[in-house]
Amino acid sequence: MILPLIGLALGILLGLFFPFNVPVVYSAYLSVAILAALDSVFGGIRASLENSFESDIFITGFFGNAILAASLAYMGDRLGVPIYLAAVVVFGTRLFQNFAVIRRHLFNIRRESTK
Amino acid sequence: MKTIKAQLSIGLVCLVLGLMLTLQFRNVQYYGGILSVQRAQELASELKDAKEQRDSLQQRVKEYESRILQYEESAAEVSVIAEGMRQDLERARLLAGLTDVGGPGVVVTLVEAQPEQDFNVFYIHYDKLLKVLNELNAAGAEAVSINEQRVIATTEIRLAGSHININYQRFAPPFVFKAIGDPQTLEAALKLKGGIIEELEYYGIAVSIKKEQDVFVPRYSKVLEFKYAEPVNK
Repeated sequence: MILPLIGLALGILLGLFFPFNVPVVYSAYLSVAILAALDSVFGGIRASLENSFESDIFITGFFGNAILAASLAYMGDRLGVPIYLAAVVVFGTRLFQNFAVIRRHLFNIRRESTK
Repeated sequence: MKTIKAQLSIGLVCLVLGLMLTLQFRNVQYYGGILSVQRAQELASELKDAKEQRDSLQQRVKEYESRILQYEESAAEVSVIAEGMRQDLERARLLAGLTDVGGPGVVVTLVEAQPEQDFNVFYIHYDKLLKVLNELNAAGAEAVSINEQRVIATTEIRLAGSHININYQRFAPPFVFKAIGDPQTLEAALKLKGGIIEELEYYGIAVSIKKEQDVFVPRYSKVLEFKYAEPVNK
């Protein structure tokens, strides 16, 4: 579990010293992309607990979801439809679901080890 | 636990996630988040509406004024007295600043030498503007405008929040003075040793003075009405 944490720390450091800011206009899309990415990460953790983790699917899901969410939000802005709301709702729900599943798995692992 | 490949891929993804999170966090810190962006857009569109409305109203004012002018002219054609009155009226308007005027003069531009990233008007204090205006008037300027606002007897130059109000309109640097008068005298008055230009430059304000043969000074564009003052006949 050490590599993901190192990656996260590195990413945060990189972000702190990034030389330029994202323009305000794209800030909204970035936030949706972040939500999608978070969802993917939770999905990945869940999959690894279920022993069904596949790194190809994980990585494509991560970038694909983020890009799709951001571009959908962008398109919605052009069309005047708040599609980003859909992304927020869907990814938010899935995030919580994934978290619930992860919790259950963790409890199961603990119970089995204490038996 | 898992294969090293899986760990690596999660690590990579976490790196990207961390980068995105921090960037977004910085952005929200800096700009105040998406809500304030939306609010800004709303305000911008409101401003646009208000400006359009103002423009159309100004257009109407112009129409009415040209109609008044027509009446005056047609009245003047009828009688000599009316013609004399019209001339007096025009003269009074010229002196009061109610007509566009042109002539030789100077254009003075005040710019903050080092514009800050934050909006900051305090480098050009309103009293500096008053001093420049005072100097121009003292040097015999016949008509002065600041950022196209004609300076008349009731014009105020005053700090209002983070803006400077001139004729009840908000302005921010740069400030452009246009003054009609003898260009030599006006320029000399500003450039006086120990005078206003030196003071402005001391405060980091870049001043440029241009002598021009045809300076255009617009008229005072608001309604000018006295509520309390009445003429006294002795």
